[in-house]
Amino acid sequence: MAPLPQHATLFQRLFGNTSGKLVLGVILGAAIVVPLLNQLPESSPFHVPTFVVSLLGKYLCYALLAMAVDLVWGYCGILSLGHGAFFALGGYAMGIYLMRQIGDRGVYGHPMLPDFMVFLNWQELPWFWYGFDSFAFAMLMVVLVPGLLAFVFGWFAFRSRVTGVYLSIITQAMTYALMLAFFRNDMGFGGNNGLTDFRDILGFSLRTDGVRNGLFVASALALAGGFLICRFITTSRLGKVLYAIRDAESRARFLGYRVEYYKTFVFTVSAMLAGVAGALYVPQVGIINPGEFSPINSIEIVIWVALGGRGYLYGAIVGAVGVNMAKSYFTVAFPEIWLFFLGGLFVITTLFLPKGVVGIFSKAPSHPLPSLRALLARPAANQGTRPGDAL
Amino acid sequence: MTEGVPQSSEAAKLAKGSLLYLDGVTVSFDGFNALNNLSLVIEPGEMRAIIGPNGAGKTTMMDVVTGKTRPDAGDVLFDGSIDLTKHDEAAIASLGIGRKFQKPTVFETQSVYDNLLLALQQDRRVHTTLFARTSREEDSRIEEILETTRLTAQVQTLGGSLSHGQRQWLEIGMLLAQDPRLLLVDEPVAGMTDAETEETARLLRDIAQSHSVVVVEHDMDFVRELGVKVTVLHEGSVLAEGSIDHVSQDERVVEVYLGR
Repeated sequence: MAPLPQHATLFQRLFGNTSGKLVLGVILGAAIVVPLLNQLPESSPFHVPTFVVSLLGKYLCYALLAMAVDLVWGYCGILSLGHGAFFALGGYAMGIYLMRQIGDRGVYGHPMLPDFMVFLNWQELPWFWYGFDSFAFAMLMVVLVPGLLAFVFGWFAFRSRVTGVYLSIITQAMTYALMLAFFRNDMGFGGNNGLTDFRDILGFSLRTDGVRNGLFVASALALAGGFLICRFITTSRLGKVLYAIRDAESRARFLGYRVEYYKTFVFTVSAMLAGVAGALYVPQVGIINPGEFSPINSIEIVIWVALGGRGYLYGAIVGAVGVNMAKSYFTVAFPEIWLFFLGGLFVITTLFLPKGVVGIFSKAPSHPLPSLRALLARPAANQGTRPGDAL
Repeated sequence: MTEGVPQSSEAAKLAKGSLLYLDGVTVSFDGFNALNNLSLVIEPGEMRAIIGPNGAGKTTMMDVVTGKTRPDAGDVLFDGSIDLTKHDEAAIASLGIGRKFQKPTVFETQSVYDNLLLALQQDRRVHTTLFARTSREEDSRIEEILETTRLTAQVQTLGGSLSHGQRQWLEIGMLLAQDPRLLLVDEPVAGMTDAETEETARLLRDIAQSHSVVVVEHDMDFVRELGVKVTVLHEGSVLAEGSIDHVSQDERVVEVYLGR
């Protein structure tokens, strides 16, 4: 009898490994402890001010975004430099809902229209703002809009077998095009000012500590939920197909797997997670503007993931939280050297820490990755292209 | 990109009863004809060796059959009626054509077990693989293949950590797991020791008892060991066909192999 590997149960797949338990423990622990510490009197040394709660909540949103990128990059080899777009679209969907919650309390006091529309002399609400009065509808749009864009974009790109750097470049183009579009006033999303001056969510004022804590807890739960979804996908048989595609795409095709379907699926799920992250981010920072579509933002996300370590899921969380904490500190203390610091970190990681920060402490992932340097050096290696396919 | 020429009803008549039927297949890359009016018929259950010097078009022929390359002209029919030029790689694999590459390509970051599991004949749609649970039948099938390919002890080893010979066998094992009707095997013994070569010949003869196999090979001794009908390719078309003794006495074959 051959010693075949044991098949893990669903419970073991989701919670079986130590790192997974640790990650969920830390996230859910923070969801309980941070709001409690916020309740302590301000004189207490353990008091966490409300602005710090929101800052931490913002980090959790970034962590979810980074994990979404890790799902496509670390597990399926799709280096997306456009995930900022899905994040921003989720953010705008939430932003529109929050604008509707302002009602007639805007500066101009118009009963129907947000301030910027009154300012632009618009007479009625554009059709694509309808429905956003309903929270449920808005939350549906938070996942549907980024998901639909990723599905359509991914379907065409992956069906045409656009891979490697070429794919990365067109994802940059996608987010850049969206940025230019959202900068225009006629788009109906507030132009370069974006959407801001939010007041209420679900009828509760955004300025109260309770809502701030609630948003933090929601972010933590979303991150934990996203982690479980990603674990479910990556530990399934579909996960094995993803590794196969990452490591030898044409081989997977010759086995009969429709690579484009698999890539489109995982790209769409990833975009939906990014959309949720954006939706939770907006009420905590109080604004969404077209700057979120900036190509630089999407590149930064990839740097978080590379620094934290690709292909672990929690590496992305560590990278996103770590880099953003450093950013919060450096941009205040030494604003002029922040970008040099970030660039230096990336170079050091590429040269000396191919598995990222968590790679130092954890044993090799069960499905080790090709080194980052090798990946950057030969971005489109072992892709089966047909003669005549330029890309 | 040029689509395959529409198949004529005449071709379908001629191809009747064959497993693989290539007629007048031409592939050119920038004016160079990799395949030049190539015609070849493989019968069901047959094992065929294809030999030829470098650049004779052996690998291009496999590319055409498996959908990686579209021919500029000619008919490529599977099972007497299915026009392979109209399908892509994944569809052709599902029709029952498996391929082993010249350079052994296994999934290096996954275990031997997972490699075989991925290759196993199964529903390959996204939602079924997402919720798939490994059945007892699948496990016993994998066990069988591990024994046939003598990889039982390596079941947990990563594909990338196998020796060259073991990788070749794993790839053959993956073909078995696919259980295709036609196996295309590209240079299975390149870089193998003599003992490994002998072992591989045994493995392929085993497989040929229940599958149709096309073996592309350089190594004349190995082809002799297989003891099957041989097709010699040269400059993209068939030069000679017959038993190994027959073709090795053919003057043109000798010239192609030794003449220059």
